[in-house]
Amino acid sequence: MDVDEIVEGILSGNKRALARAITFVENEYPEGKEILKRIFPKTGKAHVVGITGFPGVGKSTIVSKLTQEFRSRGKTVGIVAIDPGSPFTGGALLGDRLRMDGLDSSKKLWIDPGVFFRSMSSRGRAGGLAAKTGDAVRLMDAFGFDVILVETVGAGQSEVDVIEVADTSIVALMPEMGDDIQINKAGILEIGDIYVVNKADLGGADKTERWIKAMLMMDQEAVEILTKTSHAQEYEVQTGKIFDKVSRAGWVPPVIKTIADKGEGIPELADAIEKHFDYLKSSGKLIETRKQRLSREMIEILLQEMKNYLQRTDKINFKEVVEKVSRNDLDPHTAVEKIMKSILKDY
Amino acid sequence: MEEREKKIRVLVAKVGLDGHDRGAKVVARFLRDAGFEVIYTGLHRTPQEVAMAAVQEDVDVVGISLHSGAHMTLVPKVLNYIREYGGDPDEMVVLVGGIVPEDEFDELKAKGVDGIFIPGTPISEIVDFIKETVPKKKGMKVKS
Ligand code: B12
Ligand SMILES: Nc1nc2c(ncn2[C@@H]2O[C@H](COP(=O)(O)OP(=O)(O)O)[C@@H](O)[C@H]2O)c(=O)[nH]1
Ligand SMILES: [Mg+2]
Repeated sequence: MDVDEIVEGILSGNKRALARAITFVENEYPEGKEILKRIFPKTGKAHVVGITGFPGVGKSTIVSKLTQEFRSRGKTVGIVAIDPGSPFTGGALLGDRLRMDGLDSSKKLWIDPGVFFRSMSSRGRAGGLAAKTGDAVRLMDAFGFDVILVETVGAGQSEVDVIEVADTSIVALMPEMGDDIQINKAGILEIGDIYVVNKADLGGADKTERWIKAMLMMDQEAVEILTKTSHAQEYEVQTGKIFDKVSRAGWVPPVIKTIADKGEGIPELADAIEKHFDYLKSSGKLIETRKQRLSREMIEILLQEMKNYLQRTDKINFKEVVEKVSRNDLDPHTAVEKIMKSILKDY
Repeated sequence: MEEREKKIRVLVAKVGLDGHDRGAKVVARFLRDAGFEVIYTGLHRTPQEVAMAAVQEDVDVVGISLHSGAHMTLVPKVLNYIREYGGDPDEMVVLVGGIVPEDEFDELKAKGVDGIFIPGTPISEIVDFIKETVPKKKGMKVKS
């Protein structure tokens, strides 16, 4: 398949073309860049939803059930699921697809025309995503999926990269994870638009829910009141008061309890996801944050292009300049200023 | 095709009612350690599901693990569905593992299978076969 066929294929609903495009992009073939350039005008319609959380909390199970739920609401769903790839062997076992449709269902998702699932290796990268996840999402967006679900690696380190691709970030936790310092360290309590306490069947979900709500308020007083309150009614009263006190920027991240493998709480989660998207659109935040992300992306591309240019050009002998600096003949700042001046007239 | 590097992606699939998944899991893990990106389907997939996964994941190798004796019908079904979904099984390296009587090897290969690996095959043999056959089929270098 050549670039023309692939671009045409993506825009006319050919899944094989989409699959091949992701391969080109993932392996950094020049065709990949060309395809991305050409499909860009068709992007921006999908609602990109990220889901992050420690390994085993149930991310893949939630993704599977959410896909079923969105399909029943008439929406098409693209999925990118990232698993860790070894930086040493380069190998990866991509096991998220395994969880698509639980044992109790009729397994239609795998061949559902409105679903596309792609597994990706992180290829040793930290942060929870693969280097090309954002581009894969863009290709799916151009293809026309209504919702794109991104499942992060879940390696437990700080996995905050998801906010660079997702409009709505879901942080999945489970009971007995509450008041764990690990969670604070991971920084994931700062990125969630929606929190899920999965495995509510295990008991202790209420406590975790309370703890998350308290943490979200970043209010020491609240943390103490809420974690100490055991009576449900009292708790409701206290939360009400505290929520009144703390005015968040228009969106209070809901905490939703689920039993994902049984599908419980999934419709509520889908409702919250849709509500968040509505909020982003009506508040103007969607346009605003997407613009900020594009700005960061373009600066990254610019820096990369600069690097490539420095390696290629004969206008500047970068190695020689480095030599000079290493002999103390020149300092790094002056050296770079000289380079800038020779590239840009008005620097 | 031009010479270029590509990371090899392998689908390891179990088709039908066959519940023997030890071999498939062992092979999947060893192929990962050999540097491949491996997608394991889990048990009891239909030929359609395996074919669709092969297309969407754009794999270079389709590995089907079968211990049920139904390889003669299930393997061609998978390959036909890959074609139906727009993929090209001739562009993929097709492997069958598990229980296949040796006197059926030729017939199975004639149906589009590149390599057959029965119990007792050292995994290194499977790894070498993939590293040798994929570049030939796809005209590209192996990155691992
Ligand atoms: C363990 C076992 C079971 C276990 C399975 C446990 C599990 N979760 O896997 C249990 C007890 C459940 C079981 C049940 C049955 N089994 Co049983 N079982 C075996 C046994 C003894 C070993 C299989 C095994 O795990 N080997 C170890 C693994 C590592 O080896 P492997 O799977 O062969 O994999 C190697 C290669 O085949 C190849 N390979 C395998 N998959 C793949 C995939 C790819 C991509 C590649 C490249 C290579 C590859 O590479 C591997 C490494 O060398 C075999 C006999 C035998 N010696 O093979 C019978 C055997 C497979 N079973 C058989 C039968 C008939 C059954 C039953 C129907 C009833 C019965 N008689 O016991 C049930 C059916 C269950 C079902 N739902 O399908 C027959 C199959 C006959 C046939 N097809 O002609 C066998 C051959 C026994 C026999 N001689 O009769 N079984
Ligand atoms: N008890 C219980 N187990 C669940 C629930 N949701 C998922 N699981 C199980 O948890 C395990 C890990 O799930 P998975 O979705 O793969 O987690 P991931 O690593 O976060 O993607 C699987 O065995 C699931 O069946 C739940 O609500 N309750
Ligand atoms: Mg998972």
